[in-house]
Amino acid sequence: MASTDMADKDVLVDIFTRADLIMQSDIKFRQMIGAGQLQIVYYPVRGQEVVTSAMMAAVNQDDYLVTIYRGLHDQLAKGIPSKELWAEFAGKVTGTCKGKGGPMHITHPATGVMVTTGIVGSGIPIANGLGLASQLEKDGKVTVCCFGDGATNIGAFHEGLNMAQIWKLPVIFLCQNNLYGEHTHMRDTTGSASIKQRGEGLGLRSVQVNGNDASAMYAAAKEAVEYARAGNGPTLIEAMTFRFHGHLLGDTSHYIPKEEMEQAKKDDPMPILRQQLLDLQISEADIAAIEAKNAAIIDEASKFALDSDYPSGDEYRIDVLDVEIAA
Amino acid sequence: MSDTAEKPKDIMFAQALNMAMNKAMADDPKVILLGEDIADKEGGGVFKVTAGLSGTYGTDRVRSTPISEQAIVGAAVGAALVGYKPVAEIMLMNFITLAMDQIVNHAAKLRFMSGGQTSVPLTIRTTTGAGTGLGGQHSDMLEAWLAHVPGLKVVAASNPQDAYGLLYSSIMDDNPVIFIENTPGYFVKGPAPAADHTVPLGKASIPREGTDITLIGYGSAISRCHAAADKLAEDGISCEIVDLRTIAPFDEETVLKSVAKTKAAVVVHEAVRSFGTGAEISSRIHEELFSELRAPVGRVGSGYAPVPFSPAIEKAWMFSQDDIEREVHKILG
Repeated sequence: MASTDMADKDVLVDIFTRADLIMQSDIKFRQMIGAGQLQIVYYPVRGQEVVTSAMMAAVNQDDYLVTIYRGLHDQLAKGIPSKELWAEFAGKVTGTCKGKGGPMHITHPATGVMVTTGIVGSGIPIANGLGLASQLEKDGKVTVCCFGDGATNIGAFHEGLNMAQIWKLPVIFLCQNNLYGEHTHMRDTTGSASIKQRGEGLGLRSVQVNGNDASAMYAAAKEAVEYARAGNGPTLIEAMTFRFHGHLLGDTSHYIPKEEMEQAKKDDPMPILRQQLLDLQISEADIAAIEAKNAAIIDEASKFALDSDYPSGDEYRIDVLDVEIAA
Repeated sequence: MSDTAEKPKDIMFAQALNMAMNKAMADDPKVILLGEDIADKEGGGVFKVTAGLSGTYGTDRVRSTPISEQAIVGAAVGAALVGYKPVAEIMLMNFITLAMDQIVNHAAKLRFMSGGQTSVPLTIRTTTGAGTGLGGQHSDMLEAWLAHVPGLKVVAASNPQDAYGLLYSSIMDDNPVIFIENTPGYFVKGPAPAADHTVPLGKASIPREGTDITLIGYGSAISRCHAAADKLAEDGISCEIVDLRTIAPFDEETVLKSVAKTKAAVVVHEAVRSFGTGAEISSRIHEELFSELRAPVGRVGSGYAPVPFSPAIEKAWMFSQDDIEREVHKILG
């Protein structure tokens, strides 16, 4: 893995601000679901905050994002307003998609979030289409396509990366490798030694990075974005990370050896990044202010989600086609 | 007016498709084509349907692709989400199975699941059709699968003029459209369309008026319906033909109006009869006109088997003009 110098202070603060919002949001979602205030299937993101925050800090709001059902961290890092995101998770009419998508299908074009898919690997071919549009438009945008290690076993990964490479599409394939596809360790599902190796086999510029290291991840992201914007084509970033709360909420992670989980929690990227800020002479008070601001955003967003109305049942006839379907 | 003005010359179905794409690309720079071998360097498509278009519009807009059906459709979905009007060619309809996730889970649903924030104005052209010994994996008619998916439109033309008008409308439509072509039918000739000829989606046509029974079909069924109607006319039976043109959503109004007049109907398609589109159309007619019908609506389709290779078995399996005539006689007694 590439070792890198520490990112600029402002960049690290930016990454921390996004990552803390994600961490606190994840905690709040799990609390509210546990308390019965929300009845949803939830895919926890705790542990993967820094990977995506560093990635999104390296792109612009109008760059595109395609992500997956475990996507809360990506969506928040890309900048979807918390109120609309929380309301969509709760199935409310005030949500990003009027409650018609739900947590697994978030779309928010205003922040570039074009697709969230519930089908493993399926976002990859679609990301190519967004990249193709940018290439034809010459609009300078890049597309970030997030998926997990498990997605690299599906055909869409291989078809999609190959096409991106032959057409030199401005797409960054961000594999957030948390080592487990649902309940199965990567070593039992993946013939190659790394995901990076798969990218190389398909001809792509491919890098492996400690995704939990904000500076290293940011450097890898920035390089991939510059490479794509310059018209050189796609990059596969294999960002090593871990998830602390199972495939979905309620999963006890029984298949993860205790020692592995303990070590991962010792390496929790959040306290490490926080300490890095302190080491850079950012005061405890300044950090606490960021955390308090995020807490207030989440407080407001979660209340908004609970207080908002559900959509009308008739909504099912709208947006199926471009004309309303008769009752 | 010149007395030397000629009748519109006849063109092949495949040429009509080429002309429609040519017009769409000229009219709208957002129209792009993706598919295996579609650029001229690779032959302009294995059936030459896209011949010449890459020369006119460049290989940025007319892209030959790897043999990667889900990557083709996925790329088309993504480009459609941000304002392009991609036409993806899936060479043969059986290959659509490889792209079903992109079609069913994404193209069809993204408008709905995004609460209308995005749309997928994508056209998938695909050809198929039995009768020429292509066997079990190159000839299936799978329209019923697709018609069952909310959010997709499904179109099949029966003649060059309609093919031109329907393909142009499909490309310009703001919904994902599956445009089904018929491989043996590519070489069938018919009058050339005027350049500005269009056919709206969702509107059936009545190419033959009649009084005794309505034959309802689309695509490859229509020529056989005409042949059957000619033969039945010799027995004094007057058939009306409804060419659906758009299979989903189908023009229920035209179908019901015709059957209300004739009081009898047969739905005809090349696809396997069981669980085919004929079941849905027949059922809708029964729901609305049950008490007026002289007999239950008949259905003609192909047998419950994969498309066979040997001509002897393929012929026995495949729906035919004879089947239509037999069904009409059965219904009219």
